[in-house]
Amino acid sequence: MPDFGFSLSKSSSVSLDSLDLGLYGELERLEPGVKTCMACGSCSAACTASVWSGMSVRKLILNLQRGKDVEKMLGSCMLCGKCSMVCPRGINTRHLILSLCRIYKKQ
Amino acid sequence: MKERFASGFDPFVLPFLLGMIFVLGYCAYGIVRILLQLPRKDRRRFLLSLITPHIILKNVWDIFCNCLLHVKLWKRNKMLGFMHSSIAFGWFMLILLGHIEVMAYCPDRIRFFYYPIFFNYFVAENESTIGGAVLFFLMDFFLLMILTGIVLAVVKRVRSRIFGMRRTTRLSLMDNIGLYSLWAIFPLRLLAESFTAHISGGSFLTIPANWVFRQFLGNDLNMLPTWWAYSIALGVFMCVLPFTRYMHIPAEMMLIPMRNAGLRIRHPRKGFARIEVLSCPGCGVCIDACPMSVKKANIKDCTVYLNRQIRRGNEKRIEEISDKCLLCGKCEAVCQVGVEGPLLRMEQRAMRKYGLSQDFSGLDVSLLAPAASGAKVLYFSGCMTRLTPSIGKSVTSVLHKAGVGFRWMDEEGGLCCGRPLQTAGRYEQAAQLIRKNEELILGSGADTLVLSCPICYKIFSQDYKLPGVRVVNYATYFSELIASGRLNPVKSDICYVYHDPCESGRGCGYYDEPRKLLGAIAGIAEAPMSRSESVCCGGSLGSLTLEFAQREAMTRKSLENLYASRADAVATACPLCLATFSRYSERPVRDLSEILDLALKSEKASDRTVRG
Repeated sequence: MPDFGFSLSKSSSVSLDSLDLGLYGELERLEPGVKTCMACGSCSAACTASVWSGMSVRKLILNLQRGKDVEKMLGSCMLCGKCSMVCPRGINTRHLILSLCRIYKKQ
Repeated sequence: MKERFASGFDPFVLPFLLGMIFVLGYCAYGIVRILLQLPRKDRRRFLLSLITPHIILKNVWDIFCNCLLHVKLWKRNKMLGFMHSSIAFGWFMLILLGHIEVMAYCPDRIRFFYYPIFFNYFVAENESTIGGAVLFFLMDFFLLMILTGIVLAVVKRVRSRIFGMRRTTRLSLMDNIGLYSLWAIFPLRLLAESFTAHISGGSFLTIPANWVFRQFLGNDLNMLPTWWAYSIALGVFMCVLPFTRYMHIPAEMMLIPMRNAGLRIRHPRKGFARIEVLSCPGCGVCIDACPMSVKKANIKDCTVYLNRQIRRGNEKRIEEISDKCLLCGKCEAVCQVGVEGPLLRMEQRAMRKYGLSQDFSGLDVSLLAPAASGAKVLYFSGCMTRLTPSIGKSVTSVLHKAGVGFRWMDEEGGLCCGRPLQTAGRYEQAAQLIRKNEELILGSGADTLVLSCPICYKIFSQDYKLPGVRVVNYATYFSELIASGRLNPVKSDICYVYHDPCESGRGCGYYDEPRKLLGAIAGIAEAPMSRSESVCCGGSLGSLTLEFAQREAMTRKSLENLYASRADAVATACPLCLATFSRYSERPVRDLSEILDLALKSEKASDRTVRG
């Protein structure tokens, strides 16, 4: 394709039929609290790692629900646990990340 | 004294003999196994320590003070101390005196294990000497001492509150067998010795008892059953000993030399950790101490139960207990034998396998470097302070007022100190963050690093290598500024009670400096439980599984302790404690820096009025 100096951005549509939600399912089983997440973003606001890595627990959970890759975000968590202190739903996000790291399989 | 039996043997000694051989064999096997489990370096170190004269002296002294006299327990609880030392020291003296008797009267029998124990059965008193009378008196005296201890033990089982213990451990079946056989040993010994006292002699306890028994049991045939019963009780106790909490008796004698040799836990189950677990006497002092135990559901997660589950090999429960703990360290502070509960749990956490491990070693930190300037003082507020920005604000305000040229290293965000990763058992990742932070600090050219977070302070002062940089807690630093006259706070008339944060208090032994600072700027009161006994606020990062909603009861309990001091307000030196207390406290909660900043503000105000 010739280079026009611009291109079409990749489709961001999510096909729930073709997704592999195995990781999220497993996480839901281990950490039922994750289901109560309402994506308010308090965790992202409190995150120390977000400044230099784009880490956000909210985004992480959304990405998991959409079958997207979370390795980079997961790999930058320093486990300081502020996200779990500010969570209005009382989700233990710190343990959620530890559990996710345990069940994560590298492609 | 003359011997009653030429053979020097009677079948009743067999239960005792079997038990003795079993327990000695078991301990020998255990020692060899634990020595083999130690890493090579540690083993060498331990064996060398056993032939180093000053360590030998220390070992003997420590074993005498702690295993026999229970000095530490005396300091904590006089009743418990008396109960334990009377049984342990009394029993030791009975064994020692038994050997002296055998050596004195029938030295050729000393090679029989059982002779010193059953001496009174095998000999007959044919002459009264002053030496014999003294020996017999001492034997009876120490037997009486043990019996007093046993009576106290029985009372304690029924009503532990008399001993100041709100809760005590629930015993397992084996522990109960051990307990009842131990209780039975000494009354049976008294009975057995009383029955033979008219033959073998006795003293103030056994002779009168003998008169009483002979009134209605005037037959010497009654003798043997009591000696059998005594021997069986001993045999049963020794046979179950390795499977009960009484294993702490031999294990602690091993733990003390190992600790004096400088060994530490390197594996959650093997080697030194194993000895620590076996040394747990199951007294349950840690249950009342544990901040989690305010909720009944958490009692089974105290260190005493962790030790029990480790001994049973119950993996599921070990994992649960290890993850739940707040790592506040109070169980370790109150433990009589020094079981390092938090460390056992951290090591357990470190054993886990992860599919994905964070890697910070390749992180580019150039963007996080503190701005280049000539200021020699760095202030690191730590990431927790982002939730309580008032601390950062007041620390910088105080530093400005003192005219200190400084740079706020993580004002725009920075790296975590690594302590939360450590508590989660992710040592390697923590070490990577430590290296990155070291790089940042050493690269900045500063010579002083001021910290306002005790979590950071612990890891910075203990694990960071920062040559040429002084790592200082803000309480110390501010005290110095006041002493040098750069800060002139006006002492406020509000009375504060200082809450020791777990990480700086028990974690670093940092108790006096914050009190010194607080005393200089405000009134100070002491809570009933403070310093190493301070109660965790419940906000600790140590727990992996405890959700914040479940911690309210702990925070309230901790506040109750602080309110008992009748102070007007609570002072603390930790962003986490501040955030946690503020949620539930009815009295104002302030960080040390906030109090100091307030004291400086009033100074400014008074200056103005003077000038105006």
